[in-house]
Amino acid sequence: MNSLPNFEWVQVAYALLTLFIVINYGMVMTAVVRKIGARVGGRYGIPVWQNYIDLAKNIALRSKITHGVMFYLGPVFRLTGGVGLLLFVPTIYGSEWHQNFSYAGDLILALYFIFFGTLGMALGAGESGHPHSAIGVSRGLSQVTMAELPLALGVYALSLQYQTLDITEIVAAQQGSIFNWTVFTNPLATVAAMVAFVGTMMRSPFDVVIAPQEIPIGPPTEYHSSYLALMQTNRVLFPVAKTVIYMNLFFGGATSWAEFAIKVFCLYMVSVVIGVVHPRFRVEQSIRFFLKWGLPIGVLAILTV
Amino acid sequence: MEDVDDKFLKKNKEVPLREELRPRKVTTPDGQEIEIEPLRDYFCEAQPKVHPKAYSKIVEDFYNWARSNSLWILGFGTGCGAIEMRPLMTPRFDAYRYGIQWRPTPRQANLLVISGYLSVKTLKRAIRAYEQMPQPKYVMGLGSCTINGGMYWDSYNTIKRLDDYLPVDLYIAGCMPRPEALLHGFMELKQIIRKGEAEGANKYAENFAQYKANQKAVIKDWDMPDYNW
Repeated sequence: MNSLPNFEWVQVAYALLTLFIVINYGMVMTAVVRKIGARVGGRYGIPVWQNYIDLAKNIALRSKITHGVMFYLGPVFRLTGGVGLLLFVPTIYGSEWHQNFSYAGDLILALYFIFFGTLGMALGAGESGHPHSAIGVSRGLSQVTMAELPLALGVYALSLQYQTLDITEIVAAQQGSIFNWTVFTNPLATVAAMVAFVGTMMRSPFDVVIAPQEIPIGPPTEYHSSYLALMQTNRVLFPVAKTVIYMNLFFGGATSWAEFAIKVFCLYMVSVVIGVVHPRFRVEQSIRFFLKWGLPIGVLAILTV
Repeated sequence: MEDVDDKFLKKNKEVPLREELRPRKVTTPDGQEIEIEPLRDYFCEAQPKVHPKAYSKIVEDFYNWARSNSLWILGFGTGCGAIEMRPLMTPRFDAYRYGIQWRPTPRQANLLVISGYLSVKTLKRAIRAYEQMPQPKYVMGLGSCTINGGMYWDSYNTIKRLDDYLPVDLYIAGCMPRPEALLHGFMELKQIIRKGEAEGANKYAENFAQYKANQKAVIKDWDMPDYNW
């Protein structure tokens, strides 16, 4: 389904609908996950609609200050990374509506977009001039760069296996039976990529970037009101968009919104469950972890494919 | 300023500016000579503005509802009362269910809880934290120390009436008030916000000169700009 030659304008509306659904799904899902965490701790937890209120509140704040042009653009780039990631990847396989703007080489573009927001945020947070931001940015960039290695290797192993860079074709090859999923046909590549997945979800043990209780929340320290609202939107959108890629590449994609909701939630919970039982890595520990475990598995996946 | 006794007020003796804050000439690594003035260069000196309410009443009501249901507290404990905030995060009291959360940076906080006595040294930090918060912002005085000095009434270095230095929206009396009282205070504050009466930030901007005079009367080494964003 190479959509670019037969592009139609109505696809823009379809893609916006996808975006709308995914943002709302992310809003509710992240709140539900926080509520689950609270219930595990014996608390009642936040209401499931708390994210919406926080967003409205941040937009409603009256005073905003800026530290320069990049300070404005940082959250915009961050959100662009999330939206771009979602829009160039088929969200629902086989659906005319939620195919988005996927095309023959979208796998490479997706790899790029995963990194894009981090870079934009680094520039924006850097201009805010707060020491905690600078520390957070340097930690974040080094950690995300290292986590990207096993992901890239896993993805290359995949494109060798399926002989394509088209996510839609990769999803098509996994249809039919649960045993056609990449997680069963190429477990090594899946493990390598999942290492990167857990490493970039900003959850413990890889949350040294925002490091609560240590460098108060890192890069976004200076961000407030509408800037923060943009980043909150990305905060719910980006993990879901990233999970959609993993779902498409390794777990058979989704053919309906119900399947999408269940699979994304389960994949997201992988990082949550690992997070609640592991203490935080220091940045050099996490880099060593990716090099010691992620990288060899990724190389092995390429060699054995 | 009647409640501040003479011993406590700043004498006319000027406290010299700390060395790292004095204007000076610096040679950069590539050999240029530049003049730096830390108090000017590192802070924005813009005066606080009075921000009007939203044009439409419906919109303002909606905003106030959102503000009241998403109270982000600055995690800044000034005195012994800070220990009463911790149980609110735990299963026993769990303030999160009311949309109350703690933020580590003043930029993202809406509510500053002055938890107990406030020494002059801490007052300086509290002012800086308060001024960095985005409008609209709220201040809550916790314990009798913030109302009239409490058991620190004749102390040489704690302020007595918090309201002289920062616009307080709500006091919680007691020494110490229990977490239940604190929760009740949050609920009261929500009512005030929803009625649109929590305009402390605008009050601060309107009476800026008076607040600054009060603050400078007690802070002996005023080594920051008048208004620090």
